[in-house]
Amino acid sequence: MESYGSLERHLRKARSSGRKILVPYVTAGYSPEWIDTLHHVAAAGADAIEVGIPFSDPIMDGPIIQAASTMALNRKVTPLSLLNELSSESFDVPLVVMTYCNLLFHAGIERFGGWLSEAKISGTIFPDLPLEESEEWSNYAASKDIDNVMLVSPVTSDARAKEISDRSRGFVYGIGLMGVTGVRTTLEESASTIATRLKAVTDRPVLIGIGISNKDQARTVGKIADGVIVGSALVKLLIEGGGPQGAYDFISSLREGLDEIDG
Amino acid sequence: MTVDHEVDLSADFDGKFGPFGGRYVPESLMAALSELEEVFSEATSDPVFMATYREILRSYGGRPSPITKCHNLSRELGVDLYLKREDLNHTGSHKINNVIGQALLTKRMGKSRMIAETGAGQHGVATATAAALLGLKCTVYMGEVDTERQALNVFRMKLLGADVIAVKSGSRTLKDAINEAMREWVACVEDTHYCIGSAMGPHPYPYMVRQFQRVIGDEAKAQLLDEYQLSPDYVIACVGGGSNAIGTFTAFVETDSKIVGVEPEGGAAIGRGVLGVIHGMRSQFIQDEFGQLEEAHSISAGLDYPGVGPEHAHLAQIGRATYATVNDQEVLDAFQRCSRSEGIIPALEPAHALAYLFREAGREIPHGSSVLLTMSGRGDKDSEQVAKILGYLK
Repeated sequence: MESYGSLERHLRKARSSGRKILVPYVTAGYSPEWIDTLHHVAAAGADAIEVGIPFSDPIMDGPIIQAASTMALNRKVTPLSLLNELSSESFDVPLVVMTYCNLLFHAGIERFGGWLSEAKISGTIFPDLPLEESEEWSNYAASKDIDNVMLVSPVTSDARAKEISDRSRGFVYGIGLMGVTGVRTTLEESASTIATRLKAVTDRPVLIGIGISNKDQARTVGKIADGVIVGSALVKLLIEGGGPQGAYDFISSLREGLDEIDG
Repeated sequence: MTVDHEVDLSADFDGKFGPFGGRYVPESLMAALSELEEVFSEATSDPVFMATYREILRSYGGRPSPITKCHNLSRELGVDLYLKREDLNHTGSHKINNVIGQALLTKRMGKSRMIAETGAGQHGVATATAAALLGLKCTVYMGEVDTERQALNVFRMKLLGADVIAVKSGSRTLKDAINEAMREWVACVEDTHYCIGSAMGPHPYPYMVRQFQRVIGDEAKAQLLDEYQLSPDYVIACVGGGSNAIGTFTAFVETDSKIVGVEPEGGAAIGRGVLGVIHGMRSQFIQDEFGQLEEAHSISAGLDYPGVGPEHAHLAQIGRATYATVNDQEVLDAFQRCSRSEGIIPALEPAHALAYLFREAGREIPHGSSVLLTMSGRGDKDSEQVAKILGYLK
């Protein structure tokens, strides 16, 4: 089996062209306009989009993404209904599903994998599925050309970071700070530190997420990492009514910031 | 029915109880869980640590708790009923056994603060108590709905020096308090220990909490033998997350006693839950058809949890313990009957175990049986709520 699938191929290609990778996060189903939002985010210069499938008990998410998840669940969406909506759409950038592992295990990995394939999803992120429990899903997903992305935290040892990076496919998700998702006014030093540490142990694309909320922060981290993931700052704008156009403008500004980095 | 009496009690290697248990948490917590596992293992084989733990439980917690033979109820029911009196412990429930252990571990790890979740407030009060005793800072997460239902316990925690955070997310009850405590732990894991109150969560918690609670069953078994020369035919306890039950059952798993866990009808994770991975563990949870966790509904805030500790799921699966349910009305009746017949006001949680016994004595539980039932807490905290339900208070 190859050590990565089409998601990672896409991101490696971007990287080798000298481009910094931008992966925005959008909570699926937060409003009926969510599909339109994904198209605007793609058009604004995202290299891939993280699609959050809402879960009732999201322990890695702060108040903003919790609120968006609640809005979605109140609209009676389900993992299947959201993935069905995606299956009739077409995007120029890869989509990566981020959710919690109970939704995976409840459906069963083959059924869940089938839903993802139908929706043309090329990667997954489960923040509560650590290295020790991830092998079965990672292998199954890989057989369906779905890259299971693994996370490394600021307190993960170097040896373990290497092990996680080896298991990870698509990219390696470096957690920028000790905490859950949310908007932060200042960038933690830990974001640059984890980027440096990961670049030293893996050849895979290294993206940093959690605590990266604006253009300046993205640019600072992007100088070390291969790219950034921006979630809560975008979702905040969306749940406050910013709409697809607001998302486009925000992601465009992040794109500009990353493009200013001298390759 | 043949049962497997060779149940593995060690769970030392990978934290799995059969297919249940495990450690499903964000990577940011993995190092802390490994450290906790290691420190727990060292501490429990350190005679000084264990002597300190036992001494605090004796001189501060009130152990050993007595066994009370209930002459009146035994006569009424046609069985011999023995209560293990955890209601007589300091802070009024079995929770103290666990929090003293975890508070000592917190200090051993060099951490200065404990956080905890609480439903009815018993575990929050116990954690705040242990923190006060050992000079630790303490923050308790409690669903906003529960802070209103149990306002007096909020005051008690504050009196003991703890900060109480009313959790406004999700259903604003126990499951959300656990979520919020986990989120806080991710942010402050370097100086803070998460003192989980039941035999649930990621490894090593289910195992560690059971070991701190097994004093209940170990004592009861020895007391019944010494004082009454008997080994009970039945061992019964209520199950929410399941810490008093697993602490009781552990001593009897390898005996011939029949073991029964009693769940609330509206929160029967074993009775009507399905396999899931939530709150760090693989176990049984009440969920919708796609795996979203549902809210539990019980008259007892302490059993208002849609999941259950993984070892109970395992004991149920292998047939070593059976799990029954009772409804709120049966619980209310049992709460009053135990008070009148024995002069013991039970907490609503163990009133579930009593309700099962009252219903099944002479049926599932034959006349003449000897029954050990864990009275996990006292009913003072519930008196106001029950008074309102019964119309004595507005």
